[in-house]
Amino acid sequence: MPVGLNVISVVSWLVCVLLMTGPKGYGNVCHVGSGYAYSSVKAAIEAAQKGDTIYVHGGTYQEGNILIDKRLALIGLELPVLDGQKKYEIVSIKADSVLLTGFRIQHSGRASLDDPGGIKVYDSKHVHIINNHLYDNFFGIYLQYSQQCIVKDNILEAFGQEEQEIGNGIHCWKSEDLQIIGNTITGHRDGIYFEFVYRSVVWRNISSDNLRYGLHFMFSHDDAYITNIFRNNGAGVAVMFTKNVKMFNNTFEDNWGDAATGLLLKEISDSYLFNNRFLRNTSGVYMEGTNRIRVEKNVFRSNGWGMKIQASCADNEILHNNFIGNTFDIGTNGSLVLNSFDGNYWDKYEGYDLNKDQVGDVPYRPLSVFSVIVEQNPPAMLLYRSFIVTLLDRSERIIPTLTPDNFIDNMPKMSAFPL
Amino acid sequence: MFNKIQKFIFSDILNNRIILAYTLLLAVLSWSVFNIEDDGNKGVLTLLNIILLTTPLVSIIFTAIYLYNSAEFIELLLSQPVNRGKIWTGLFLGLLSSLVFAFLLGAGIPIIIYVRGSIGLILLGTGLMITAIFVSLGFLCTILTRDKARGIGISILLWLFFSLLFDGLVLFLLFQFAEYPIEHAMVGVTALNPIDLARIFIILQLDVSAMLGYTGAIFKDFFGTGLGAAIGFLLLCLWVMIPFLISRRMFIRKDL
Repeated sequence: MPVGLNVISVVSWLVCVLLMTGPKGYGNVCHVGSGYAYSSVKAAIEAAQKGDTIYVHGGTYQEGNILIDKRLALIGLELPVLDGQKKYEIVSIKADSVLLTGFRIQHSGRASLDDPGGIKVYDSKHVHIINNHLYDNFFGIYLQYSQQCIVKDNILEAFGQEEQEIGNGIHCWKSEDLQIIGNTITGHRDGIYFEFVYRSVVWRNISSDNLRYGLHFMFSHDDAYITNIFRNNGAGVAVMFTKNVKMFNNTFEDNWGDAATGLLLKEISDSYLFNNRFLRNTSGVYMEGTNRIRVEKNVFRSNGWGMKIQASCADNEILHNNFIGNTFDIGTNGSLVLNSFDGNYWDKYEGYDLNKDQVGDVPYRPLSVFSVIVEQNPPAMLLYRSFIVTLLDRSERIIPTLTPDNFIDNMPKMSAFPL
Repeated sequence: MFNKIQKFIFSDILNNRIILAYTLLLAVLSWSVFNIEDDGNKGVLTLLNIILLTTPLVSIIFTAIYLYNSAEFIELLLSQPVNRGKIWTGLFLGLLSSLVFAFLLGAGIPIIIYVRGSIGLILLGTGLMITAIFVSLGFLCTILTRDKARGIGISILLWLFFSLLFDGLVLFLLFQFAEYPIEHAMVGVTALNPIDLARIFIILQLDVSAMLGYTGAIFKDFFGTGLGAAIGFLLLCLWVMIPFLISRRMFIRKDL
């Protein structure tokens, strides 16, 4: 039988060769650019087969809306420019496992009805959008009904003047398992927007100078955002109507203005706020209707209010944080206190430590009487820094009458935590 | 003529130990505030508190004591053929210039060195205006009564009223009228107290003004504009002029 075996092996070898070198084979490569096979990105996509790779060389491509409806890798070389001429949605992705990298995508259309974006992903899985520069778009990167997508190392720049005239930087809606990593976002309405997005991670992004929120988070459960920087946004960061959020190592800074907060938590439960830094915000953290949150080892420095905890919050644990140089460490709007504040460092603490165990022997009341007065009667803020306020605060420290009895840190630290 | 009186009083006061101590106190406080606070804005706020507390106190009491102590000198001057109004103005300018000199030497130098931009000048300006206002009030206190103890008592009471009691009254009013939109009225109420006026004026220039909320925004709308700032300055000027002019009128008519 040696001859028969030989025939089979020769035939299978031939089949293999044909498959690999055939004109309509799998995983083709084509080039777009002046002097290459295609001069238009659209034509190249049209001609390409599922699984092909398209290299786009430098130059400006004004082709209206570019629809990617099959599994392709679009790779920009020499930063090619896709220009929407302020009329079109530039790239629409309607296929799984698309890779889009190395493009400058600029001047998308503007409309508030169909929300055109620089890059928009529709109902797709495993789409990777990596290392693009999005410039002056309405929405930057828009994902809807998408799963397991990665948005990484993109730069998004826009120049919004009014909230209603600009879209969000990275907008995610009804999606799951996303990774938003290492992006830089400025000048959009919300830097990053999550609504109905589950089990996703936002990591190492810088969101600054956006008109509304640096990060806006609604109805998005089981997410984590880690090591991001949110700086100088209109109103800081908002996390609302969500459970199981992890917020680690983020920096919230310079969110300064009338209604600005470093981090706004509204209707949040079972979440964990660990090792974040809140610097120079009007309020560092504003909590309303939040339950069972652990706020641990954060730094609150130079804020107007370190934390504002409304009376609607329950069972939150605030422990091992540093409160340094805030005008008011804590503010609240009622006398009901269902949260614990034990074991923090307060730079305004004036007690002593006889047994040298680094825990102050006298409990600390972080709520100053003036902050209570201001909460009841906001115009009283006019007396800020007046002599009578200092006097009131002093006497209240000695004999508390107006502040809630149980708003107290029983184990105040004598020295700051090394955070 | 009042130029000569002013010069004489100025040089007389510069030899005074109280003024020397006042200059030194201001200097020590301001230098230490700016050395302790690494943030310039915070330093301004702390210094503002100190200035708004010490400057009025020293100005009004020193003026009262000095005037009572130089009663014989004033009587001597009156025996000369000099216009009474000119004597009183000369005394005022002499006292004012020496206290201003002390303020500039004590607090002015560190403010100019440490505080960048217009805020330093505004702080300096309000400090000077406060000095002038309380010197003028000191003149009013002394002319009201011949008795030294009573005069000094009145001046201490005035100081206490403006730096403490007035704010207590404001707090009381705020709670009494909490149900009403009194934010605009509050602008008018603060005009009745130069110390509050100065404090709010400075705070509005700083970042912390964002914490003042809605009422702060109304104040900012008013004092933030060129016109509002001019009105604020004018109000402070009125606070200097009116008590002094009343005291001058009383001095001219008084039977000494």
